[in-house]
Amino acid sequence: MRIQAQISMVFHLDKCIGCHTCSIACKNIWTDRQGAEYMWWNNVETKPGTGYPTQWEDQARYKGGWEKKGDRLKLRMNSRLGALGNIYYNPYLPTLDDYYEPWTYEYDNLINAPAGDDQPTARPISQITGQPLEIQAGPNWDDDLSGSPVYAANDPNLADLSEEDRAMLFEIERLVFFYLPRICNHCLNAGCAAACPSGAIYKRGEDGIVLVNQDKCRGWRMCITGCPYKKVYYNWSTGKSEKCILCYPRLETGQAPACFHSCVGRIRYLGVLLYDADRVTEAASVDDRALVSAQRDILMDPFDPQVIAAARANGVPDGMIEAAQKSPVYKFVKEWQLALPLHPEFRTVPMLFYVPPMLPVQATLADGRVNLAAVDEDDPLALFGSIEQARVPLAYMARLFSAGNTDEIVRVYRKLLAVRVYRRAQSAGDVPAAEAVRILADAGLTPDSAEAIFKLTATPTFEDRFVIPPMAREVNIESVIDPLTHKQGAGFGFRQDARRGQ
Amino acid sequence: MADNVLFIAFPYAAVLVAVVMSVYRYIDHRFTYSSLSSQLLEREQLSWSSVAWHYSILAILLAHVLAALFPGFWGALLGGQFRLYLMEITGMGLALVAILSVLAFIWRRLTNPRVRAVTTRGDWVLLAALLAQVVLGFLTALLYRWGAVWYLHTAVPWLESLVRLNPQIDAIAPLPWLIKLHFLGGFVIVALIPFTRLVHAFTFPLSYVWRPYRVVVWNRRAH
Repeated sequence: MRIQAQISMVFHLDKCIGCHTCSIACKNIWTDRQGAEYMWWNNVETKPGTGYPTQWEDQARYKGGWEKKGDRLKLRMNSRLGALGNIYYNPYLPTLDDYYEPWTYEYDNLINAPAGDDQPTARPISQITGQPLEIQAGPNWDDDLSGSPVYAANDPNLADLSEEDRAMLFEIERLVFFYLPRICNHCLNAGCAAACPSGAIYKRGEDGIVLVNQDKCRGWRMCITGCPYKKVYYNWSTGKSEKCILCYPRLETGQAPACFHSCVGRIRYLGVLLYDADRVTEAASVDDRALVSAQRDILMDPFDPQVIAAARANGVPDGMIEAAQKSPVYKFVKEWQLALPLHPEFRTVPMLFYVPPMLPVQATLADGRVNLAAVDEDDPLALFGSIEQARVPLAYMARLFSAGNTDEIVRVYRKLLAVRVYRRAQSAGDVPAAEAVRILADAGLTPDSAEAIFKLTATPTFEDRFVIPPMAREVNIESVIDPLTHKQGAGFGFRQDARRGQ
Repeated sequence: MADNVLFIAFPYAAVLVAVVMSVYRYIDHRFTYSSLSSQLLEREQLSWSSVAWHYSILAILLAHVLAALFPGFWGALLGGQFRLYLMEITGMGLALVAILSVLAFIWRRLTNPRVRAVTTRGDWVLLAALLAQVVLGFLTALLYRWGAVWYLHTAVPWLESLVRLNPQIDAIAPLPWLIKLHFLGGFVIVALIPFTRLVHAFTFPLSYVWRPYRVVVWNRRAH
């Protein structure tokens, strides 16, 4: 047992309102510079939808992540020698058009245009060439466009749904969608790090944050393919790969990452998980159906004296262990088992977990008004509609969050529903209390755990949501650096400007 | 006298500049120590030109180097008429591929506005030098047949004398100017290495074959 600490995340999708504040907070701090204009280390996608870059989940096209060959894991893109053979041209690299060509507007023209008969305009111009641009796509071009034949219909996750299910999903006036905010998953078995020919991508031992060493990166572009989430980006101006750094200079000073801090819906939780580093490969190699539970199995109980002893022996500081004990992520992922990893079938063991969305609740339209299903004394669950009739089919959620294993999804939804019924019994009183407790027990919860889930979901404080391990000065490296003084820079520690010219 | 400057002083100077400045750039400007890939900006043309260029020029370079390092072996290899024909034809074919792919690079950088935006003056100098060098090499092969063999008795002794720090240019002095230009071009490109994207040749990531897939770095290991 080799215990390591990982700063991990939970996103509660029922609370996400799709406002993109997280994306803007990130962009303003990290990617507002030349070569990074098109990058969104944090982005929010509409699901069903094609996402960013377009159809990133389609690994037949992008070859990201790992696949199981017999008992062994192999990068889907190529072998080690194959990578060296493809080094002059990576056949699976997305082009800029799969993201979008960044642009700005000719604002100068509004002021400096010569006098004329027409109002001056600010034409869009490319931020790469400076030439006028016919805009084809942009950030969140598919925002809220569920049902669109261009975007939603091409969502790779629809593969498991029957024609009928698809038709229902996109029925007029019953269109349904939800938001999927995405940042780097800071995986335990990162595909980007494995794919990097230079060995420039590494996991920080102290907190598990995955970083790209900019001085070691030689721009071979394999990481972009290796990451199945397409969360490593190629900076076309510096010729280096860049990715989400989980705002580690902020974490080291006790602040939540910018996207977490600014989240309007308060959907984000951050905390430490302790895991057994010796069993990562094992957890990544099981059959698809068992992937979620295998990943849960290597997350260790931070209260277990044996785990604590092993963690100390491996150099995990006491502050980190304490933070792991208070971690909201541990509760959501391991204790209550409400949060699931995104696309575990990519086998990178991602450490960002999602509580799947229940909304919208089942409802019918009558006379142009929305009627919620009537309260049924005999079946309190009917208030929220049955899980099996969920407007977003379970098979779709299973494709996203459990490698196709619908049982995992059903278990989560039963718990979420049971907590709602239990709270309904307390606040509205129209569900018998004993019945509510029985439903909780059926779902594998107790009144205590239901209260705790309710509290951490609905009324958590800032300190409940973000349990950041205290600064350990002897291992911190950037705690004295203010990110704002590094705006427009491409990293820390450079003696010269991170520009090329050669 | 001119020959002494061009074929003794200049090669030494070029190698010295290449070594010193490449080391300096690695130490002081490591961030720039790579080829600035433009594949993200344009992939269709690059998909064949880059692959064709690299494999053809690497094969040609390998032949030059092998012959210079093991002239005896090389001479024996080309001892048969058929094998000599095969080598000459292969060499010329690869040279043609190299010329076409450099032309494709130039065309791509001229016509694609995105790629032009990331093209530096150094790129143009390098492309011009590479084009000149592969054209000169091709013409040498075409106009002065059996270069695969006479190379062993002209350039190889000269290069060997340079390496032994006992420079002798007798073997190449009587050669036609076209061939001498090809020699010079080689050292011009050597001298260009540290000032252009050519440094990426030194960074070929061979260690990827054996390094572990997972890399963990501790800021400061407590014990």
